Amino acid sequence: MNRTDFVRQMPGQSADLARRVSIWQRMHIDPILLLLLLALTVFGLLVLYSAGNQNSAILVRQGRFLLIAYIGMIVIAQFNVERVKRLAPLAYVVGILLLIAVPLVGVGAKGAQRWLSLGGFRFQPSEVMKLVVPMAAAWYFSSRALPPRFKYILVSLVVIAVPTFLIARQPDLGTSILIAASGLFVLFLSGIGWRFIFGAVGLLLCSAWPMWQFVLLDYQRTRILTLLNPESDKLGAGWNIIQSKTAIGSGGWDGKGWTNGTQSQLDFLPESHTDFIIAVLAEEWGLQGVLALLSLYVAIIFRGLWIGVNAQHSFGRLLAGSITLTFFVYVFVNMGMVSGLLPVVGVPLPLVSQGGTSLVTLLAGFGLLMAISTEKRIIGQ
Amino acid sequence: MSDQISLKDTFTERRIYFERTIFVGIFVVVLLSLLVVRYFSLQITEHDTYVTQSDRNRVQLQPVPPKRGLIYDRNGVLLAENRPSYSLTIVKEHIDNLDDTIVLLRQLIEIDDDHIKKFRRLLMRQRPHASVPLKFKLTEEEIAIISVNRYRLPGVDVDAQLARHYPHGELFTHVLGYVGRINEKEQFEIDEVNYSGTNEIGKIGLEQYYEKELHGEVGSQNVETNARGRVLRVLERSDPEPGQDITLYIDAYVQKVAHEALGDYRGSVVAIDPKTGGIIAMVSTPSFDANMFVGGISSKNYNVLLQSPDRPLVNRSLQGQYAPGSTLKPIFGLAGLHYGMVTPDSVVRDPGWYLLPGDKSNRLYRDWTWKTRRTGHAKFVAMEQAIAESCDTYFYDLAYQLGIDRIHDFSEPFGFGSKVGIDINNERSGLLPSREWKRRYKRLPWYPGETINTGIGQGYLLVTPLQLATGIAALANRGVHFSPRLLKSKNDEEMPVPQLATIEVDDKHWDFIHHAMSQVVHGPRGSANAISRGAQYKIGGKTGTAQVIGIAQDEEYDTDKISARHRDNALFVGFAPLASPKIVVAVIIENGEKSSRAASIARKVLDAYLIDQDMLNAPVLNDSVVGKKVSARSDLDRGQLAVISR
Repeated sequence: MNRTDFVRQMPGQSADLARRVSIWQRMHIDPILLLLLLALTVFGLLVLYSAGNQNSAILVRQGRFLLIAYIGMIVIAQFNVERVKRLAPLAYVVGILLLIAVPLVGVGAKGAQRWLSLGGFRFQPSEVMKLVVPMAAAWYFSSRALPPRFKYILVSLVVIAVPTFLIARQPDLGTSILIAASGLFVLFLSGIGWRFIFGAVGLLLCSAWPMWQFVLLDYQRTRILTLLNPESDKLGAGWNIIQSKTAIGSGGWDGKGWTNGTQSQLDFLPESHTDFIIAVLAEEWGLQGVLALLSLYVAIIFRGLWIGVNAQHSFGRLLAGSITLTFFVYVFVNMGMVSGLLPVVGVPLPLVSQGGTSLVTLLAGFGLLMAISTEKRIIGQ
Repeated sequence: MSDQISLKDTFTERRIYFERTIFVGIFVVVLLSLLVVRYFSLQITEHDTYVTQSDRNRVQLQPVPPKRGLIYDRNGVLLAENRPSYSLTIVKEHIDNLDDTIVLLRQLIEIDDDHIKKFRRLLMRQRPHASVPLKFKLTEEEIAIISVNRYRLPGVDVDAQLARHYPHGELFTHVLGYVGRINEKEQFEIDEVNYSGTNEIGKIGLEQYYEKELHGEVGSQNVETNARGRVLRVLERSDPEPGQDITLYIDAYVQKVAHEALGDYRGSVVAIDPKTGGIIAMVSTPSFDANMFVGGISSKNYNVLLQSPDRPLVNRSLQGQYAPGSTLKPIFGLAGLHYGMVTPDSVVRDPGWYLLPGDKSNRLYRDWTWKTRRTGHAKFVAMEQAIAESCDTYFYDLAYQLGIDRIHDFSEPFGFGSKVGIDINNERSGLLPSREWKRRYKRLPWYPGETINTGIGQGYLLVTPLQLATGIAALANRGVHFSPRLLKSKNDEEMPVPQLATIEVDDKHWDFIHHAMSQVVHGPRGSANAISRGAQYKIGGKTGTAQVIGIAQDEEYDTDKISARHRDNALFVGFAPLASPKIVVAVIIENGEKSSRAASIARKVLDAYLIDQDMLNAPVLNDSVVGKKVSARSDLDRGQLAVISR
């Protein structure tokens, strides 16, 4: 079914094509997306510098990871989408095997076992799964007629549920939510009927109680209870939320000024350079800063959705849409949890929070978006 | 697979995808608007609330504890000071595994299970990021070990604060008392604000009596702290008013001499300046190191003190009640002269015993010489000889003539039978018996035989060493009587001396009694003649031995048969120089048997005060002396003084 060679040799068309293909196109880079990402990551570095108590070592570390991540993004952008699609099922199987290996031979930290150590190099299989799961789901639907039939929906649900469950047991609620979301977005964008969607939402509500009772771990339950009433445990589990809300609220419109946030600089704010970094930004830059950050996120998300709409094949479409929407979930869950709208789950603020792995996987996702957006046109719009 | 190809419709798929994207786009906008609303409400609507909360977080009003006043002796020797004390603290939140850290700490330094238990209890009550003390009073070696291993111990810290220290250990414990952790009962009684930064309070002794003066007034400061409570910046401060430094009448050197002279005996030495009532030395043995109580004593150590048969916790000088024995004979003799019962020349026949006139039981009251010679002191004994040789027969007769009422009334103004009012709490009053007392407490009439016993300081009569010294001071000072005091000055401001009622007795009677008392020491047959050897000044004194258990009439006192704890108490009271007394000393040795033992201790104390003081008056400038004054006589113990300065 690969007709690209045939297209290239079509007389008359090639000259027309060459004229329209820009330098960006040839480099497989989406300039608008790149610009937005650069703006966001630079802003993120500024906030991180302040959050890490002006420790330049943190900045250098993060900068190095950013460099690696950007190189990774550009390399991935060169990939042939068709090849990526063909690799998807294999990647999925390997990923699942790694996830199974984690509790058996993995390395733990802070009561959770998430890491695999390969010859001194530690990595989190669950991070890679953030890209592999939507790829696998998109691959599954791309060769089938859409909207998918019920049995295909069921199969794809299993494909999504297995890694979600494995990661939730590590335990890593934040990542498992992101992975489930990334898969479900593929399902939604593939055009499954609304009755399935409403049915699923209804089922989810009904299963809330058994989930609460049997699936969630103690500390996860505490986090949800804390959300409902943070004052109940001021110094224990509620501490984080109270302190982050205080940081955000005391920032006001103008903020206290860069590196002048008392909540963050005096260590009242826990996890200030990782999951709670938005509170540092809100305290020091005020609502202005929050709105500026949100604008960047909105622009990136809409650019991503635009790439999805314009993709050539259903695989690219579904994958681009899923990656973009997962990015949105990152933003929403993180900003929601820090401001006390959502329970505290370990979701970083994308491209701003400290952490190399998440930078690399996020930018790898945007690399895929660029690969999709710069795929050679087969059919005119 | 046939349906797959037939139904694949790229155009429809695109359309559905586009619709879904539009829907999702709207969804995204709605949710992000929700975030904007949330941040707007936190940052704009509730801004003021959170600013207040943030400031409350950041700025803390902290009490600044006042520095506790120092205590000096009369020569400026430091008796109680404040020293930096180091404790091991832990911030749980900075530690990955608390149990591992504790195990590691226990490998490095000694930490009791007791400490761990207390630490865990404290830990539960603390807010997050608080530093919780694990061990107090770290030694320098322990601090060094912790410092070297700092890199392995994140979240472990060494905190410094000022703690009370008694540089002379057990020497002044029964004078100064000690401070300890404020307990629940005290928590109710203290001014909570003034003590908000203070951990310790005077528990006993001077530390307790002058708590108000020594403590001072708390100060406060507004500080910016981080979440761990570490002070980063002082925004505003009002200084505490430090406690007043106090100076005592105590002479540290004399105290040390007295303490060493008592040695292993249980007993007490009290030395008073009769001209002021100032207490020069007040020793009670055995003693204990008051530093054990600072910061809390371990229950093991406390039980050792509590259960010791020698009862080191009892301050014998104030709380020990002893029969005075013959030591009160000069006062009774004075009473005889004052009331005109006897003159210096009137004599009593002394066959070695006394028979109460008209007593049908024929009970013989024996003189103490009975067990050795059975001839009495002389055929006829007058008062001078009776005092010098401590003739019981004479005083049996005198007591009979005076009667209990006169004995009681005359002795009372000397301070017997009631608290003399030293500036330490929990003094006991002793017992000066009277008819009324016996009627009230024993519900019995007074018997004449009891008067006879009282006449030689036995029977119901009980005195504390402090009372004995105070009473003899009044005698030495010819009736001008001061309440005994430890406190000489506060912040260099001299304290007035509280005077008690003057005892009016004819001058010639005072002269005579003083002379008779000098014969005790300097007379050839004086009962304390041994201590006159080499004395450079004249001493007036009186020996005494007092039975600890009653001995039946025909039973004989035999040292070998009586267990050590039932042997007689040995006593001596004395003053010097005779003509113008500067110091009065009272010595009691529990089960000391021989009054000469007590007398020789008294001589050492008198020498220390009267002779050594003059010899060593040249000021020794010693940099090692901490405090505002330099000790004039820093030979108190150079070793100990050197310790203070370190």
